[in-house]
Amino acid sequence: MTALFDKLSMYFGYPFVRYALIVGVLIALCSSLLGITLVLKRFSFIGDGLSHVAFGAMAVASVLRLTNDMPLMLAITILSAILLLRTGQRAKIKGDAAVAMISVGALAIGYMLMNLFARSSNVSGDVCSTLFGSTSILTLAKTDVWICAVLSVLVLLIFVLFYNKIFSVTFDEAFAQATGTKAAAYNLLIAVVIAVIIVLAMNLVGSLLISALVIFPALSAMRLFKSFRSVTVFAAVYSVLTSALGILASILIDTPVGSTIVTVDILAFVICWIIGAVRGGVRKG
Amino acid sequence: MAQLICQDLTLGYDGHEIVTGLNFEVNAGEYLCIVGENGSGKSTLMRTILGLQAPMHGKVLTGDGLQRNEIGYLPQQTLVQRDFPASVWEIVLSGCQGRQGLRPFYSKAEKQLARENIHKMGLDALARRCYRELSGGQQQRVLLARALCATRKILLLDEPVSGLDPRVTAEMYSLIDALNKQDGITVIMISHDLDAAIRYADHILHIGSKVFFGTKQAYLKSDAAHTFDREGEAQ
Repeated sequence: MTALFDKLSMYFGYPFVRYALIVGVLIALCSSLLGITLVLKRFSFIGDGLSHVAFGAMAVASVLRLTNDMPLMLAITILSAILLLRTGQRAKIKGDAAVAMISVGALAIGYMLMNLFARSSNVSGDVCSTLFGSTSILTLAKTDVWICAVLSVLVLLIFVLFYNKIFSVTFDEAFAQATGTKAAAYNLLIAVVIAVIIVLAMNLVGSLLISALVIFPALSAMRLFKSFRSVTVFAAVYSVLTSALGILASILIDTPVGSTIVTVDILAFVICWIIGAVRGGVRKG
Repeated sequence: MAQLICQDLTLGYDGHEIVTGLNFEVNAGEYLCIVGENGSGKSTLMRTILGLQAPMHGKVLTGDGLQRNEIGYLPQQTLVQRDFPASVWEIVLSGCQGRQGLRPFYSKAEKQLARENIHKMGLDALARRCYRELSGGQQQRVLLARALCATRKILLLDEPVSGLDPRVTAEMYSLIDALNKQDGITVIMISHDLDAAIRYADHILHIGSKVFFGTKQAYLKSDAAHTFDREGEAQ
């Protein structure tokens, strides 16, 4: 036990590790907040598709040898988010298939590009870390940390200021639009914010595991709570705790950050599910 | 001047016309029922009046001091709402959203309005309850309270009693009737139920192969009433 704490305090001796923890928690928090809207609007699959698009964009950025791949990734992912949310609304089934097509296509092309224009000898290592996140939290670059921190604070601010509008548009888009809320504009805002979150989360958990950050907090909260506000607050607390726990655990037992956070998420979801089932059973009985 | 004027409307989707040459007016305090077979364009007409869809031809105008965003709307339930975690209070309050513009939070006056409408719909005891746990009739009253937060003038109701049992259906109809007669709110209702339409409405718009618009009395004497399937009791 003391050895573990020694190891932790050794890591936290580096200011950079402290920053990484803060940024990790902020990203998880942002993902969980918008995740509620995605899950309720039946758009979870779009989050998944977008994360693959972000992977493809990252591959393109690395082929172009950009020093900072963030702006290009943001641009491509935001554009895809807008397109996908549009098609997703018009024709449900076609939209579904289109997302699957785009996401698998982006994945394949991204991998091919990374192979064709390999910058390092360790292509599979590079691919692995973009798909599943940095193997160690220490490999996050310092500029990324700052961009992440600023963007996540911005996302949080937008969410708080537009909370009531996001609720209206999520619960009943037709009513909101008919009574004067600019539903299309808020859908666009939601799409852009989701794209930003996905690009941010890619640094933390990698593109394959982003959906977990988006979906688990919302689903767990919906097991236990029944108003939009309580679901939102619980999802936020849930994702802060699970991501902090996951990051600490990954440092202590030397596991990859992304998959450790997701494992903690799965365990926490099971706990919420059991509590919800027991309480529901008691009430019915 | 009429509150709502539809001029020479042509409705449809993707270049496919469903209804053409539709003309009618609704004055303040009237009760209009829109009847017609499935697929005759009733819901399309309602979406057009609400501005959710552009007409293929013609115009929807508002007058008598009515703004386009002052139309209260009771939609049919969507799939999304069936397992949506939201309290009655949150949903009713969201009816005030339309007039907020970019202001992020609800004002005291808006919260008061939501409380009044919850009371009016007899939902006081349910205000903190979860919407998805309520019965069908209670859910409709919640959505009606929300619509009342968005308007004091005109309500558009899309099949407000579908899926409700006869007793709750009667309650819902008398609630809507009271809003029309006591509060003077204009009602436009899509309905499958011609008997109820004739009982409560003062004007009828029948769309389909034959289009009729006029008072209830004129409708009962018209051909349109006889072409409509009234389970063999056409007069």
